[in-house]
Amino acid sequence: MRPVGLVLEHLWTWYRRNWRATVVSSVLMPLMFLGAMGFGLGSRITPGPATHFLPYVVYLAPAMLVALAVQVATGESSFPVLGSFKWDMRYFAITSTPVSVDQLLTAQALWVALRILVSGLAYLAVAALFGAFANAGALLAVPVAMLAGMAFGSWVMALAATVNDEGTMFGNVFRFVVVPMTLFAGTYYPISQLPAWSRPLAWVTPLWHGNELARAVEFGGMDLLTAAGHVGYLLVLLAAGLLVARRRFHVRLKV
Amino acid sequence: MLLRIVPVGSYAGRARAVVERSALVNRRNWLLVLSGIFEPMFYLFALGIGFGGIVGTLTGPDGQAVSYAAYVAPGLLAASAMNGAVHDATFNVFMKLKYAKVYDAMLATPLGPTDVALGEISWSLIRGGIYAAGCLAVMAALGLITSPWALLALPAALLIAFGFAAVGMGASTLLRSWQDFDLILLVQMPMFLFSTTFFPLTVYPEPIQIAVQCLPLYHGIELMRDLTSGAVTWGILGHVAYFAIMVALGGWFAARRLGKLLLT
Repeated sequence: MRPVGLVLEHLWTWYRRNWRATVVSSVLMPLMFLGAMGFGLGSRITPGPATHFLPYVVYLAPAMLVALAVQVATGESSFPVLGSFKWDMRYFAITSTPVSVDQLLTAQALWVALRILVSGLAYLAVAALFGAFANAGALLAVPVAMLAGMAFGSWVMALAATVNDEGTMFGNVFRFVVVPMTLFAGTYYPISQLPAWSRPLAWVTPLWHGNELARAVEFGGMDLLTAAGHVGYLLVLLAAGLLVARRRFHVRLKV
Repeated sequence: MLLRIVPVGSYAGRARAVVERSALVNRRNWLLVLSGIFEPMFYLFALGIGFGGIVGTLTGPDGQAVSYAAYVAPGLLAASAMNGAVHDATFNVFMKLKYAKVYDAMLATPLGPTDVALGEISWSLIRGGIYAAGCLAVMAALGLITSPWALLALPAALLIAFGFAAVGMGASTLLRSWQDFDLILLVQMPMFLFSTTFFPLTVYPEPIQIAVQCLPLYHGIELMRDLTSGAVTWGILGHVAYFAIMVALGGWFAARRLGKLLLT
């Protein structure tokens, strides 16, 4: 455990000096989306079956938290990981000490989870001030968001450990996976609004499972078996992503 | 005439060479260049279809009720013209200016800073024009265009992009590091979200309405919405003038700053 802690301390030391830049993208942006969509557009939406008969902003707030988690996880697992292999080679430096590759990967994954936790709590606190959350169940949405974010982030990490040419890969991931996922996987409206053939596409995404769970912990109305199914799917996705990432880390660090 | 206004040595009338270089560089990157077209499409489908069922009809510029898709589409078109132009004029320009030193190399040839500024802006306009044309084609296919005035939406999109590219380029000469891009994002994102792209101005209280009306993107969106719905009045000349001023001021500032930074 100690080596994992040391790597975490290293990441934290860097972050302590550079956190300001992340405030805009990981806290202010979701809040602005919540304001524009939740309050602005929400004022044109009458509560109905599509929004669980809740004001739109309350319906949107927990899912926005999950979308934030996926975005933070993608950001923290893409260029920073690739850069640690390629640009400053700090992973090679770290694994040349008594820190093993598995410990390094554990620490990196924990770090991403911590970043989600901190951004999520900051978002939750400000959004709650504006009355976007109905009850304290929203606090439970934070671990849900962490799980969903990591389920996606682990795969991005595996990708970052694979690619050598930074060129366009992450830009494409963001444009063709993350953004469409946010738009079509039930963050802004239930996927029952979409044509039936497109719904299975949403079922595959971790974001949809995260959204369903995050709304369930705040608003209730989900039976235990369904909830277990969502959690199970996310856990399987996370475990598989971490295994692939582990394989890629071992290959790249040649041990 | 133009050569008399612009300082001697700043403009050699060869901006075309800069455009040609951009086209050559992007020859193998065309997928990323074209992919810019997808983002407004995704938004349009998600908002039009997804929200279509939840949001009722809204009031269009001519006072008639319109579907949410028809309402949001021109807004997205204007916003994508802005996003593309700003991205090109800040991210790419900063990279070339500070790290790749492309402009230093260019100025070693018979090109002046005004050639560089005009060439870069022209390239981003070509890209923006492709995106806007794609967007308009999809809007027409979905039946969201109801007036022949929409033919003017393409030049309007280019004008909007020109305005933002000129100002963005001026701004990027002031950036110090990558962290400063957050400042640009901090201007761009709220404008994208709150300039009536997604919902009408009337949801705001009076003082905020006035503030929003001062933003450039608001005028871009209004211009676009008027054109695609055919509610054309003399008022759209005001929106056009707003962008003409942005082009003039931004372009002047960008060329001057580039000249200073590159020691010509």
